[in-house]
Formats: sequence, C-alpha cells, structure tokens
Amino acid sequence: MRVGVLAVQGAFIEHMRICQELGAETFEIRCAEDLEKKFDGLILPGGESTAQSLLLHQLGMFDTLRTLIENDLPVMGTCAGMILLAQHIENEPQAHFSTLPITVVRNGYGRQLGSFTATFDVGEVLNFKARFIRAPYISQVGEGVRVLARFDGRIVAAQSGNQVAYAFHPELGDDMRLHENFLRKLV
Amino acid sequence: MSSSTSAKAATSAVAATLKEDRVSLNRELAQMLKGGVIMDVTTPEQAKIAEEAGACAVMALERIPADIRAAGGVSRMSDPAMIRGIQDAVSIPVMAKCRIGHFAEAQILQALEIDYIDESEVLSPADDTHHIDKLAFDIPFVCGAKNLGEALRRISEGATMIRTKGEPGTGDVIQAVRHMRMINKEMACIKAMREDELYTVAKELQAPVDLVRYVHHHGKLPVVNFAAGGIATPADAALMMQLGAEGVFVGSGIFKSGNPAQRANAIVQAVSNYLDAELVAKLSTNLGEAMVGINEHEIELLMAERGE
Repeated sequence: MRVGVLAVQGAFIEHMRICQELGAETFEIRCAEDLEKKFDGLILPGGESTAQSLLLHQLGMFDTLRTLIENDLPVMGTCAGMILLAQHIENEPQAHFSTLPITVVRNGYGRQLGSFTATFDVGEVLNFKARFIRAPYISQVGEGVRVLARFDGRIVAAQSGNQVAYAFHPELGDDMRLHENFLRKLV
Repeated sequence: MSSSTSAKAATSAVAATLKEDRVSLNRELAQMLKGGVIMDVTTPEQAKIAEEAGACAVMALERIPADIRAAGGVSRMSDPAMIRGIQDAVSIPVMAKCRIGHFAEAQILQALEIDYIDESEVLSPADDTHHIDKLAFDIPFVCGAKNLGEALRRISEGATMIRTKGEPGTGDVIQAVRHMRMINKEMACIKAMREDELYTVAKELQAPVDLVRYVHHHGKLPVVNFAAGGIATPADAALMMQLGAEGVFVGSGIFKSGNPAQRANAIVQAVSNYLDAELVAKLSTNLGEAMVGINEHEIELLMAERGE
C-alpha cells in the first residue's frame, strides 16, 4: 500500500509519520515527476491553501492530480487540503480542485487566537480530539455528501465517494484512527 | 480541603490544560508554515504581491530591515493602522514585530489579533536583560537565535517558533548559515551524549534541563526552526533548506530587488523543491537585480548581538 503526500508546503511530514507507523509506504509529491509513480491513496495536508494551489499549478501537477481524484483515487484533505478539494469557497472567488461538492468558509474561526481543540464523534470514530488551527468550516454540502462531524452547529468533516475532508488536523496528536480508516479503504 | 479551595484547584487545573493546549496550538500553527516563505511587507499592496507570489505568511512592518539600518535611530513596533491595513488585504497569517522585552508592544499586537509576534532584534531592544514572558500571552511568538542556548532559553520563555537571527537587512547570508550550522552541531552533540551529562550541558547552555533532554531524545528542537537574516536569492533559500531550515523568512531581499513579484515567487518555488538544482537554476535565471547588500565586515551595527 502506497500513499502519496502532497509536499510542496505545509505539515506533510506529520501525515507521513502516522501512515508509516500504521504500516503504509509513503512518498513526497513535490514535482510532476513524482506523479509518474504508482500510488493507492493521496493526502492533501494542512498548510496555506493559496501557496499550495499556486505551486501545484506552477510545478505542473494540478491537472494530473485533479484527473486522478476525478477517477476515484482515494484522497484525504485536512484543513488547507479540504479547501483544495471544495467545490466552492464562500469568501474567495476561485476554487481549486473543486472535486468535492461542499462549500467552505476559509479562516472560518478567525485568526490564530480563534484556534482551539474540541472532542466529538467523527462518523464511527468516537471522541476524537480535533485540533483546529485557523481552520475553515463547511457551510453547505451538496448531494451525496455524508456529514461525518459537526461541532458547535457547524459541519467540520464530510465524505463523498473517494474523498474525505476534515476542517481540523488528524495528523497532529497521537490519535491515528482517522488515518487508519483512510488506509483501510486503500486495501 | 474545603469545597471552595477544591473548586479553585479544579479551575486552575482547567486553566493549566487550556494553557498547554494554547502552547500546542501555537507550535502547530508554525508547523503549518513549514516548507513556506514568510515575507516582510510594509504596505497592503506589497502584502498582496507576497500572497499572490505564494508566501505562507507576511511580516507587517513599517520599514524593512535594510531601511531601518540605513535610517538609524530607534526602531519601534509599527503603527496599528498599518498592521490592520495589511490584515485586511490578505487571507494568509500576518505577523508583526515588537521590541525585545517590550511586553506592552506585545500586548498591543495581541489586541490587534496578529497571528504571530516576532520579538525581534531588528527593532531597538527595550530591555537589555529580560525577554518578554511569552507564556503570559495567548498569542504565539517567534524569536531569533544564534545558537542552541539562545533557542532553548526563548522556548522556555514561551516562544513556539525559532528562526536564525542571521544579520537582517544585509542581503548577506553568512550569519544565517553560521547560526543554523551552530544550532545543528550543538544538537548533534547533545544527541550523542550520555543521559547523565545533560545536567552540565544545561548549565553551560543556561537552558532548562528538560529542554536539553528533549533535544537529546529527538535530535531536534521541540518547535519549528526557520532560517532568517540576509536571504536574498532562490539559491540562498535552497542553501538554508539543505542546511536543515524548515522554511525561510525573507526580509529586505524581496522588496529591495529589481522585480519583487518574480523574485518572491522564485524563492517560494525554490523552497518547495530545494533539492532540485535544475529547477533552482531555472528560477535563478533573469531574475533582475538582487538587493545590493552589505558584506559582514562592512556592517556597523550587528543586530544579531541584541538580546542573548
């Protein structure tokens, strides 16, 4: 089982460490050549979505990755990764991959002083301690999207087919259950 | 224990957990900036240029270090109006500088809800003995360091991100290289030591032993470490990343150069693919004039010596 982790900017090492601990092989996706490798799943990490999206275009990876996602490659997006997947961004004119039918609000909880942790159920995963860092939230979901978690009345995790998106950072802390779920789908 | 004391103890236990959480969240914001470039900007227009060029954060300040150096005099925190203007212009994190030890300036920056405070030697120090007690704040702090002792002292005061001091506003990377190599060498040394030798090391470094122990076990700092000071070209950025920086600050290097937008973007791409020499060669081509710069021995004011 091989997981490609987008590694142009952000907290990609944290995702790789957890996947490796769970027995998966990982590699960094930094340039177009890396996409020639075969892989079973893709992780879009936290970071700055504007910087990541620009680099995806400039390094010639954007179209290939979008096609792979459209063709059912399992993908997990966290925070900035969720923004990359979203079909609409409420407070920005331009969406990115636009493959997941959700609308997100970027920096939905404000600046760093608004960052927080909270514990709630994420689908079948009970009592997950989630870390929100300048996080977005989901304001609307389209048809066929399953809401996995709500906190304080807002949707913070959703899934549709091969795509799962978290507004928070399952790659931080030592709870690996959401990664476990993701890797299970790759087998 | 009376019921009121136990209630008090419970409340302070909650407060302690929250504080711990806040420190973690602040360290984690720095983790999200990794592999990115943080750019000095002085106007909302420059902030937009930086964001569009792929900056992962901007540092709002009134004058870039090269101009502070040229102007001389006392250099202070920026006007809140200018900081607000930059906060409104971009969606990426906005950082701002306060003087070393000037906790009232830090309180103002916290009130402005800045995303990260840089307690910076680039400004005139306000206290020649004490740094800010950063644990007293909810807002995160980044601090400069020339060596491991300084880095660990700043972390013990509550800094949740470290950067090399380098020598700001010079366009000369030599000091950032020296500081990064020094910190890495000292960490490698501590990693190789026996557990019972760490107490003396802590004494010598004038740093808490629990932080020295962390370095011994992990071979790295407990917070993210960026390169800063004198970085002016994509090659400088690639050099610092290969030396172990987890990202870079670019101060005067961008807006003192001939073509800021192009240079800014070239440095962003170089940081994301710092091992790809062919790409960095392409990025370095026809970039226009780099900032003129000053050599180390021509400098009259060594900012890196401020605040040990």
